[in-house]
Amino acid sequence: MAKAFQKIYTQISQITKATCMLKAAGIGYDELATVDGALAQVVKINGDEVTLQVFRGTEGIRTNAEVVFLGKAPALKVGPQLAGRFFNAFGAPIDGGPVPEGEEREIGGPSVNPVRRKQPSELIATGMAGIDLNNTLVTGQKIPFFADPDQPFNQVMATVALRAETDKIILGGMGLANDDYLFFKNVFSNAGSLDRIISFVNTTEDPPVERLLIPDMALTAAEYFAVDRHEKVLVLLTDMSSYADALSIVSNRMDQIPSKDSMPGSLYSDLAKIYEKAVQFPDGGSITIIAVTTLSGGDITHAVPDNTGYITEGQLFLRRDTDIGKVIVDPFRSLSRLKQLVIGKKTREDHPQVMNAAVRLFSDAANAKTKLENGFDLSNYDERALAFAKDYSNNLLAIDVNINTTGMLDEAWTLFAKHFKPEEVNIRQELVAKYWREDETVLDH
Amino acid sequence: MATKGVVKGIVSNLVTIEADGPVLQNEICFIRTGGDRLMSEVIKVIGKNTYVQVYESTRGLKVGAEVEFAGHMLEVTLGPGMLSRNYDGLQNDLDKMEGVFLKRGDYTFPLDEKKLWDFKPVAGEGDTVTAGSWLGEVDENAQPHKIMVPFTFAGKYTVKKLAPAGQYTVENRIATLTDASGNDIDVNMMQKWPVRRAVTAYTAKPRPFKLLETGVRIIDTANPIVEGGTGFIPGPFGTGKTVLQHAISKQAEADIVIVAACGERANEVVEIFAEFPHLIDPHTGRKLMERTIIVANTSNMPVAAREASVYTAMTIAEYYRSMGLKVLLMADSTSRWAQALREMSNRLEELPGPDAFPMDLSAIISNFYGRAGYVELSNGTTGSITFIGTVSPAGGNLKEPVTENTKKVARCFFALEQDRADKKRYPAVNPIDSYSKYLEYPEFAEYISKRISPDWISTVNELKTRMQRGKEIAEQINILGDDGVPISYHITFWKSELIDFVILQQDAFDETDAVTPVERQKYMVDLIMRICRTDFEFPAFADVMDYFKKMINVCKQMNYSVFRSDDFARFEKELEDMVKEKAV
Repeated sequence: MAKAFQKIYTQISQITKATCMLKAAGIGYDELATVDGALAQVVKINGDEVTLQVFRGTEGIRTNAEVVFLGKAPALKVGPQLAGRFFNAFGAPIDGGPVPEGEEREIGGPSVNPVRRKQPSELIATGMAGIDLNNTLVTGQKIPFFADPDQPFNQVMATVALRAETDKIILGGMGLANDDYLFFKNVFSNAGSLDRIISFVNTTEDPPVERLLIPDMALTAAEYFAVDRHEKVLVLLTDMSSYADALSIVSNRMDQIPSKDSMPGSLYSDLAKIYEKAVQFPDGGSITIIAVTTLSGGDITHAVPDNTGYITEGQLFLRRDTDIGKVIVDPFRSLSRLKQLVIGKKTREDHPQVMNAAVRLFSDAANAKTKLENGFDLSNYDERALAFAKDYSNNLLAIDVNINTTGMLDEAWTLFAKHFKPEEVNIRQELVAKYWREDETVLDH
Repeated sequence: MATKGVVKGIVSNLVTIEADGPVLQNEICFIRTGGDRLMSEVIKVIGKNTYVQVYESTRGLKVGAEVEFAGHMLEVTLGPGMLSRNYDGLQNDLDKMEGVFLKRGDYTFPLDEKKLWDFKPVAGEGDTVTAGSWLGEVDENAQPHKIMVPFTFAGKYTVKKLAPAGQYTVENRIATLTDASGNDIDVNMMQKWPVRRAVTAYTAKPRPFKLLETGVRIIDTANPIVEGGTGFIPGPFGTGKTVLQHAISKQAEADIVIVAACGERANEVVEIFAEFPHLIDPHTGRKLMERTIIVANTSNMPVAAREASVYTAMTIAEYYRSMGLKVLLMADSTSRWAQALREMSNRLEELPGPDAFPMDLSAIISNFYGRAGYVELSNGTTGSITFIGTVSPAGGNLKEPVTENTKKVARCFFALEQDRADKKRYPAVNPIDSYSKYLEYPEFAEYISKRISPDWISTVNELKTRMQRGKEIAEQINILGDDGVPISYHITFWKSELIDFVILQQDAFDETDAVTPVERQKYMVDLIMRICRTDFEFPAFADVMDYFKKMINVCKQMNYSVFRSDDFARFEKELEDMVKEKAV
């Protein structure tokens, strides 16, 4: 790897679990180096003493290891031929293909000037009503799934990615189980979509610290397609909790004082730097980020989901609905902060009211269920609310639903008419007059 | 000769420099790397080593890089033409920066050097003046913008020459002042001030007392903030902090609004960019953007500059206050500012305080809040900075250092609550935990008795007591069951619900309900309190709920109707008939 004119250092003076130190001159901060071939990055310079963080860990590093500085920060060669390829955390191909050619760009580049952003206003359709109807996604948005490890978040994310009308899908896999990596690979190839997908993958078999490079690699590729080629890019990051774990490992090894939940004090800024790459540009290019934050026991006050919640524009929760035996997008805890920018504007006028009415009725059903469990008698309204909830869950909220937004609204009106009287849905009079599907009322009350 | 130095060590944005001459604590310096000049600030000096925080990424920086010290602390440039601008945390004009991305080392001038301003002198030649004295004024977005004696001028000066009315740029000389020793000093329309120092060009800082109307009922009526007052809004994510803050900045009866977006989402700033140029200031009929300055240092911008951004915003606020204007400063969020302090303290390897925040967090927060306030100026006029900061408590837990230290200094507490947000009771400000200390100020009581009515404070206290009583009863009902308490308890509880739904809750997305002028607030409070003081009789507890639910619905229709319109009168009549039906 070393070129003829590069100086080779062979005297390491200190080795810790993650870092090694040596005397060297003319070294730039953040610069990459190799230590006996293993990639490392400059994390501290003090006079002529340079501290290197070795990504794979320092096991087996000799004190006389050959250290070569590469004179540049981690970078990715960008170009249209990235499409369809699989890379590791360093941007090296793992699919057996050639190293792509293109302009080399440093990863983790500067932020977009806020005045050059455009307010997001374009809807991303996923076909799932739990998302499109209740928590509509918008291009340029950043939103995570808050999920327990046993939930099918990767499957939902893959489905969303394939259904969304985007030009490129970029997968950043951090601490991805090998099986999950193969799952994504299969799903994308089976859908015949490989040519618009780019993956950067760090599996559980790879060293954890390497995964710190994954989001920046994925987003550098995303910025190339969104800025240079004005494309709509969807970035999938799974799992950001693994990313945060790697941050805490590094901060611990660098002797930093931990803050809440053993996470570094800079967790908020570290996560924000990634998520804030989501952007809508005036010329049509955009980066949308859908991420996964796994929870431990559903605890959203843990530092990782908590800081994430303050950064992202909402969050999506999955839940198994035992009444229908399917996984649904939880309408109560999920939130898309940007939905206001599109619902009723880019979708049919009745969208906001129908959405609220349906969730309210679903919550009436939840109350009725509590009543039932506590041994109280149910009123006729309670019975109808429960019946509605079952239909609503099955026909709309379930993650196997795939219809367009207008179809979802029509279906909601059908269910309203099937179970309720117009005055029970609390929707503005003009809308009821226009959309109430009287002919489809099948129940007599 | 200016001090120079060379870089000796680098850890992230903390750089060690060996300087060849004297340095100032908090002095600005520029580190040369590649073709860029990285702005930095001195934060610690030990022996030969000067530690600086770099306001930019230090990627590629090498030991041996040259450093030039600027000889001054972090400053802002103050002058006409700041309104409607979008600055970053170091007062760079974001619109003047080229390209999509923020380029490292790109610093832009915050004012317009070429624009000609219509200057009118207000002082006279021969006048004795001091720092902050008004020399003249120009028209900035229809507001009189005073040209003042620079704040850095100590002692007394005599106006030797003053430019006649005419058109000048910010760089043209508009006055010559003579100091006590007879030296002549030229003054133009702009001046510089170090942001970490408070501007004290005023004669007195009395206790504030004038209501600052926000149009938000749970603030104006229940927890009023005053001109020159301080308040804070803590809340977990998703409780409506941003919506409440935007409502206040849109509606508040202030001359100047400064929004410091400190470490928050860029899209929220974009929302202000997109909406404010089209929204109308309800008090003047002009575009909201014309009275607004945005200091945006969003969460992905460099952390050290985020820390500086709140000071930049406060200094600009102090400048406008010295013109005798009512300034409202909103900072979202002060937790992100505190986190920036924590990151640096951690890199400096200081012994940490609670939650790894620096030990002097409390002092830093209280000094900052102390810069707000209502002031009397040397010419007898008054000005104010009302400061409202948001706090983003980790895990929604209010027992964390930033919330606790802010609570010690801020006089109004608008506690956003998850439970209320979950119940969609917006604004989700807890009516019982929240408070305004100004309600206890005799100065405020005197003012409000003239502005609203002599019995206003006692009415507000009664309203709060009823909310408290309602909460206590709700807890009893939860334990004893609906039929375990007398019917009168249900009535008292539902009266508190009536207050909650009609007065305290407000629809920020409804054109009419979003803004309630104080006169209308008084009208509705009087109406609702009259109902609360009425005795009712019901045969069974279930009837109480039905009755009050209907009543709440009618009152809400009143809130959605234009004040004193036909609809409003019709609903009011309906309400009165309802009251008569059950009153005893």
